[in-house]
Amino acid sequence: MPIVAALLSVAGLAGVAVVAPILTARRIGWATPAIYGASLVFAAVLLVSGLFGLLGGSAFQGTVHLPVGLPWIGAHFALDPLSAAFLVIVDFGAVVASFYAIGYGAHEEEPGRVLPFYPAFLAGMNLVVLSADAFSFLVAWEFMSLSSWALVMAHHHDTENRRAGYVYLLMASFGTLMLLLAFGLLAGPDGGYAFATIRAAEQAPWLTGLVLVLMLLGAGSKAGLVPLHVWLPLAHPAAPSHVSALMSGVMTKVAVYGFIRVVFDLVGEPAWWWAVVVLSLGAGSAVLGVLHAVLQRDLKRLLAYSTVENVGIVFIGLGLGLAFKSNHMAGAAALAVTASIFHAFNHSLFKSLLFFGAGNVLVGAGERDIEKLGGLIHRMPETAYLFLGGCLAISALPPLNGFVSEWLILQAILLSPDLPQWALRFLVPASGAMLALAAALAAACFVRAFGITFLSRPRSPAAETAREVGRWQIRAMYVLFFVCLIAGVFPGPFLDALSPVSQMLVASAMPKQPIVPHLSIIPISESRSSYSGFLVFFFILMASWAAIRVIHNFASRAVRRAPPWDCGFPDASPATQYTADSFAQPIRRVFGPIAFRAKISQTMPPPGDMAPARLTVSLRDLVWEFLYEPLEGAVLYAAERFNVLQFLTIRSYLSLVFAALVLLLVLVATWA
Amino acid sequence: MERFSLDAAHLLAGGMVLVSFMMLYQNRILGLLNVFAAHAVVLSLSVAWQAYIQSAPHLFVTAAIALVLKAIIIPVALHHMVVRLGVHRDIETVGGIGPTMLMGIGLVALSMVVMLPAAAEADPIAREDLALALSVILLGLLMMVTRQNAISQIVGFMSLENGLVLAATGARGMPLVVEISVAFSVLVAFIVIGVFLFRIRERFDTIDTQALDDFREDRE
Amino acid sequence: MGLILAILVQGIQMVLVLALAPGLVGFTRKVKARLLRRQGPSILQPYRDLLRLVRKEAVLADNASWLFRNAPYLIFATTWVAAALVPTFAAGLHFSWAADFIAITALLGSARFFLALAGMDIGTSFGGIGSSREMLFATLAEPAMIMIVFTVALVAGSTQLSTIAAFMVNHSTLRVSLGLALIGLIIVALTENARVPVDNPATHLELTMVHEAMVLEYSGRHLAVIELAAALKLLLYISLIACIFTPWGMARQDEGLVDMALGVVTWIGKLAVGGFLMVVFETAIAKMRVFRVPEFVGGALMLGFLGTLLLFVSRSF
Repeated sequence: MPIVAALLSVAGLAGVAVVAPILTARRIGWATPAIYGASLVFAAVLLVSGLFGLLGGSAFQGTVHLPVGLPWIGAHFALDPLSAAFLVIVDFGAVVASFYAIGYGAHEEEPGRVLPFYPAFLAGMNLVVLSADAFSFLVAWEFMSLSSWALVMAHHHDTENRRAGYVYLLMASFGTLMLLLAFGLLAGPDGGYAFATIRAAEQAPWLTGLVLVLMLLGAGSKAGLVPLHVWLPLAHPAAPSHVSALMSGVMTKVAVYGFIRVVFDLVGEPAWWWAVVVLSLGAGSAVLGVLHAVLQRDLKRLLAYSTVENVGIVFIGLGLGLAFKSNHMAGAAALAVTASIFHAFNHSLFKSLLFFGAGNVLVGAGERDIEKLGGLIHRMPETAYLFLGGCLAISALPPLNGFVSEWLILQAILLSPDLPQWALRFLVPASGAMLALAAALAAACFVRAFGITFLSRPRSPAAETAREVGRWQIRAMYVLFFVCLIAGVFPGPFLDALSPVSQMLVASAMPKQPIVPHLSIIPISESRSSYSGFLVFFFILMASWAAIRVIHNFASRAVRRAPPWDCGFPDASPATQYTADSFAQPIRRVFGPIAFRAKISQTMPPPGDMAPARLTVSLRDLVWEFLYEPLEGAVLYAAERFNVLQFLTIRSYLSLVFAALVLLLVLVATWA
Repeated sequence: MERFSLDAAHLLAGGMVLVSFMMLYQNRILGLLNVFAAHAVVLSLSVAWQAYIQSAPHLFVTAAIALVLKAIIIPVALHHMVVRLGVHRDIETVGGIGPTMLMGIGLVALSMVVMLPAAAEADPIAREDLALALSVILLGLLMMVTRQNAISQIVGFMSLENGLVLAATGARGMPLVVEISVAFSVLVAFIVIGVFLFRIRERFDTIDTQALDDFREDRE
Repeated sequence: MGLILAILVQGIQMVLVLALAPGLVGFTRKVKARLLRRQGPSILQPYRDLLRLVRKEAVLADNASWLFRNAPYLIFATTWVAAALVPTFAAGLHFSWAADFIAITALLGSARFFLALAGMDIGTSFGGIGSSREMLFATLAEPAMIMIVFTVALVAGSTQLSTIAAFMVNHSTLRVSLGLALIGLIIVALTENARVPVDNPATHLELTMVHEAMVLEYSGRHLAVIELAAALKLLLYISLIACIFTPWGMARQDEGLVDMALGVVTWIGKLAVGGFLMVVFETAIAKMRVFRVPEFVGGALMLGFLGTLLLFVSRSF
């Protein structure tokens, strides 16, 4: 039974985590490859069980009840289509990350701070996906948060990382509190924590609405929805690169899984206004995330903000799914939900690829700041071309996989005019416009990231002396790139694999994707639209091959090397080339005043004055200013006022205890 | 043919909304005056089309008045006024063109939400034309709010009045006397405003209403 | 019709598109010259230019990478595939169901991605200017294009260009949303093809270059391929506007060769008219300063969004 194999592998991962400190304490040389290798094996078993559960049908699914944990609940674990799909997403990322880490881990200075927590992190994520009752879900969620926090604090000598860890811990605790409240409301006064019980119970509409808001706060903060995303750009870059890839690519998907499980599966019929909230948050995250990403100079922070954008896109799809589901438009709901989950899968692939590339750059050149890089395409060619593949995928360019999931979401938007509610009729096209804007800004962001880092000329000695990294890291990136290519060229099988999931969530599935003609995918029906990734890929290859052959054979193929033309300026120094900041300046000038209240001021001294001219650009993160700083101020204020409780007399303390007891007795009397 | 007349009416009303957006987009006064003349031309075409499909010949007179008065006489007069005032500079918009256009779209959405469910019992031509006419009115108001130069505020006021005429013709049955009286009152208001502008300019050397605000007595 | 004949006709469209693109550029240059009271070069001059460039040796900078050497072919391939999929003289060709409007927009986006990267490869400030400005215009032009796609698709019921063309031929009518979409598409076409008022295709001054700045370091056959790709893009946009908004004369599905020949003639006529109107507009207007262009393209985005919104609100707009 796959679920038994999965649970045993999770136990295996936990075992590896326990063994790891012993190995690292003894400073054994083969500890790093051994631990990562063992994690890889267990993650592969989990991946295979997930695939069996998803593709094999109900014969391979099932539940398990273990008598661990709370005595009157036990621990329920289940493998149904939704958890199987996310198990595949989580464990494919884990397999590739472990493979990458076998090579990357050799560069780790303090392996003892990373190795024990890595398998624990994997175990926690898998346990969240496998849980079938609220208690084990929450325990696994906390386990996942704490082990990733330990990984974020791995390089604790850096002040930035310490601050990142602090903010992460704060936001993770907040998120778990919200989830606790949500599950408490769902379980009700009888304490029916098992998912099966919650699913069967009838809930009042006000309760399910409240649960939605709590899930958005809890799971949304872990996924990275604006305005709860602030920990993500601090914490994801702080961890080692393979852990960053897992946090961005996989842990955010576990949060999305939690959201889908509760909102689509456990609470039953949604209300139409839920779509309004989810769509607005998703669209806002998409645009704000990528606007921040365009302005970043730290490569990993740029990728973290891009994760915020893609999570926004996933939530746009989920919001559309909620809108259709609440209006009983089953076919459209299936399209939206399938597109969302497919985008989550695609994002885990190309975000991991990009983070691995960033890790290679960090190891090979020793720099994360793209303003100090440049010309790495000559020094680290394989990393450069694989990173380019990741950039193409994330910018939603055919024939790769990012385009397919965005195309499907756009097709879902085209089905929306039949929605009856006016608010949705205005919000859906607005979300579509913001999605298109986010996609275009993402392309600009990754042209900048790739162009400044890998192209142009080196801007510092670190970039001039960069070296290519080891084979394990490169091979992991090849695997990811090929899966991206296959998912883009043959998306049909992937969509068919997701149909049991959408059947389970919205009681309908996308039409079976045809093999003929030419392996195209069909969102709703053949007469509406179709897209063939294979045909596009084939035509592009044929056209470029034909062009090269014709020109080389009938015209010239001679090449002469010379200094750059540069409009006739000789020997321009590398300081004259475009920097990352100058590349982003037009976009900052157009979008900055709206999104960041950007102010640009310049002081020019009069002619003859020796003082320097100054150009000052000030950007404000409005989320910090309007949400977090007032909150911080309020908390500090309240703490100051409540501090008086530290210095009361004994009689006051006794009267406080007495008052609390009386209050609780009154509550029991009225509520029971 | 029925379908075609409906679509043509919508096209002309939509054209007025489009020209209103073009007015919001302009940041030079002379360009703004040209676009305003185009606004009046589209209005006269729309009113003429309504006259044709409703078989109401007095609306042709309305269309002619709109064409002669608002597309030719008023823009030419304003052009002369602008030249005499020497105001050939950029218009300062409050908030930049991007947010202004976004607000414009929000206003169009608002007028759709207000008009379309409310007038559901009216026939289709009237209902959607009324929604588009309300959009033109709101966009004219937006133009008055987001501009600081008095001439552009006048143009906004005029385009608002164009929207009112469009709404009135779309609602099937606007007697000529109403149109003539409205036209005359607009003309009178226009003359008065023109006189005032020259007086203000003589006094304060500017017709920027923001600067005028600083001269109020109870401010330092 | 037979499978062989269908594939042959599709192949003829692909070759025809490639063959006519430089001619369209030559025609626009000739008309512009005549409007400016010059004689102007012959219509066939671009063909001669391409032939001359292709036979020359390519001079590459010392630090040009493999990406720089091969980007022209990728740009050309993606643009040609996109241009070959737009229905020109006949709707319903063999591969016409692959002509998804969004896919064509995204293919042009791929071409632009590679062009911007090629501009940054050598590491000069000119390349940086071109790439950075091009990506700025693209951040607004691409969403504008998507909103225009939405508007047209909501009217026609599909994003497949062949279906759209067939719908427009059968239900010719004036609609507000289509009018807004047309104006938006014209603005996007002017931006994407680097025409006045966005960019001057005839200039090499750094203050006014966007497209020319990115290809500054290219020479020989690489430059020829990129110029051919730019000509294809112009042809694509004019054919697109013709196919959606003036589809009369296009051969419908399963019509005979005579109708297709007629379709070819009307298509060439539409190209000529479109080129002429574009040149008249270019001659009548001045180039905008760079930071006025986002407002211009933002206007196209607003128009597309307004068109979509109107269609969401009521089906009869």
